[in-house]
Amino acid sequence: MDLKTTTISSLQKQLAAGEVKAVDVCRAALDRVERLGDLNAFITINADSTLARAEQIDEAIERGEQLPPLSGLVIAVKDNMATKGIRTTAGSKILFNYKPPYTATAIQRLEEAGALVIGKTNCDEFAMGSSTENSAYGAVKNPWDRTRVPGGSSGGSAVAVATGMAMAALGSDTGGSIRQPASLCGVIGLKPTYGRVSRFGLIAFGSSLDQIGPFANCVEDAALILRIISGRDPQDSTSSDSPVDDYVRLINTDIRGLRVGVPREYYSDGLDSEVKDSVEAALHKMEGMGAEIIDINLPHTQYAVPVYYLIATAEASANLARYDGVRYGFRAEDATTLKEMYSRTRDLGFGAEVKRRIMLGTYALSAGYYDQYYGKAQQVRSLIQRDFETAFSQCDVIATPTAPTPAFKLNEKTSDPLEMYLSDIYTITANLAGIPGLSMPCGVTSVGLPIGIQLLGKHFDEAKLLRAAHNLERGLGFSSRPL
Amino acid sequence: MPITRADVQKIAELARLELTAEETELFTEQLSSIIQHIEKLSEVDTEAVPPMSHCNDVEGDPEYAKREDTVTPSLGQKLALENAPDSGDGYFKVPRVIGG
Repeated sequence: MDLKTTTISSLQKQLAAGEVKAVDVCRAALDRVERLGDLNAFITINADSTLARAEQIDEAIERGEQLPPLSGLVIAVKDNMATKGIRTTAGSKILFNYKPPYTATAIQRLEEAGALVIGKTNCDEFAMGSSTENSAYGAVKNPWDRTRVPGGSSGGSAVAVATGMAMAALGSDTGGSIRQPASLCGVIGLKPTYGRVSRFGLIAFGSSLDQIGPFANCVEDAALILRIISGRDPQDSTSSDSPVDDYVRLINTDIRGLRVGVPREYYSDGLDSEVKDSVEAALHKMEGMGAEIIDINLPHTQYAVPVYYLIATAEASANLARYDGVRYGFRAEDATTLKEMYSRTRDLGFGAEVKRRIMLGTYALSAGYYDQYYGKAQQVRSLIQRDFETAFSQCDVIATPTAPTPAFKLNEKTSDPLEMYLSDIYTITANLAGIPGLSMPCGVTSVGLPIGIQLLGKHFDEAKLLRAAHNLERGLGFSSRPL
Repeated sequence: MPITRADVQKIAELARLELTAEETELFTEQLSSIIQHIEKLSEVDTEAVPPMSHCNDVEGDPEYAKREDTVTPSLGQKLALENAPDSGDGYFKVPRVIGG
């Protein structure tokens, strides 16, 4: 069974008709995980309990029971989301042995809908990175070219879906960590509106920016998963009670008359010419399907990277204060005072990028610099959000490249943090403004690397975003695959 | 404004990070270059622009994050201590804090 080409709805039909068993789906996934182990997509595999749960689903089918909507869906979950009793490391040494006493709401909702969590995927430490090279558990490799990065920080989830190790996956996106790896690995990645999906159980990085979302091989699957994981959760006071649409039904409407905004600031210096051509061809395709292409402006785009790296690191420096060797995880030995134990635990437990960001965030919040850096960044953030409000008065969705280049080489950007930060240039604005964004494959380069197009929507207008993506997906007929 | 070694040492102290000499050296250089990029923000006119601290548009809805004040079971001592590097008698154990 090929998980890469099986959709959730076709799996449901096959299960109900007795043509396939949930256990077979699990075995197919585990087989791929084992065969492609060199990609390093997973940190922890949950084989036995997943197979046991699959057997229960098969028994329920034999008894003729009505199945929940995601029955037998083999799903991978980024290792920065809590899974009760299953090691959750966030890609960090400091949580090397942490077994959470509870499960993240998004995962719990998937499991209640019949999904099977096959394992925890590798990621940049505490989701800080754009290449999945910052993991304490080793770098993840891109299945299209093993000498290249899969993107990050949710690189393991993107690779798992791209290679059929799982039918879908969950990632988290603080500045592009779902969309950018989706683009570099040739799959669908969706960052919902801030507040659409509960963050309860998501290990916090930048709390005003973090959002959980799905990876999938087709837009319909992403829509189905989004519907299950969305909605108010009393455990997360920032989760929204805005109604959850029937996304799967709504994506089938055509896009005649849909106004697609194209911000010229996203097509400037530093954009790879093959990426530009491929995205423009996709825009042309949408126009051919009846969409109206409109030039728009997002004038504060050039300030997004500095704003993001002040706000995200300031929030991170506060969120990561809890890792002190007292309550869970790693503790440095032979410290004689409490303060020494804190400082040594944190220096030995965190990797270089995490320390760099804690330092930057602490600096931005420190006495004498708060107004100059953090306060200023919050004000410019307002201006970036206003840019989007103005733009969305002229269009329904915005289309841009997801990343300025296709997958880059392993180690290419690790020595220059600023260079790495700039690979998020097109994705971070959506997190700053809180709007939903999706990346989908729109072509491959001359050397066979996938290219992604990003679609952005208004707050809580995932339905229109997914509808545009579903139509474009059918129009493009992207069917290239790695391995 | 360039960041000095002394700045990095002070920030590390605030952040409770016992950096090695090499890390201090590296971060001095890298943070300076990142801060230099960030200085770009000073060219934006933000006079009368309110700061934005979150994306939820709930300013006009004070009831938004409220809930009934009901007692629900908490994690409990046993579970709370299960992941502790060192514990005993129902407490987290840490190096001596006072005296000694």
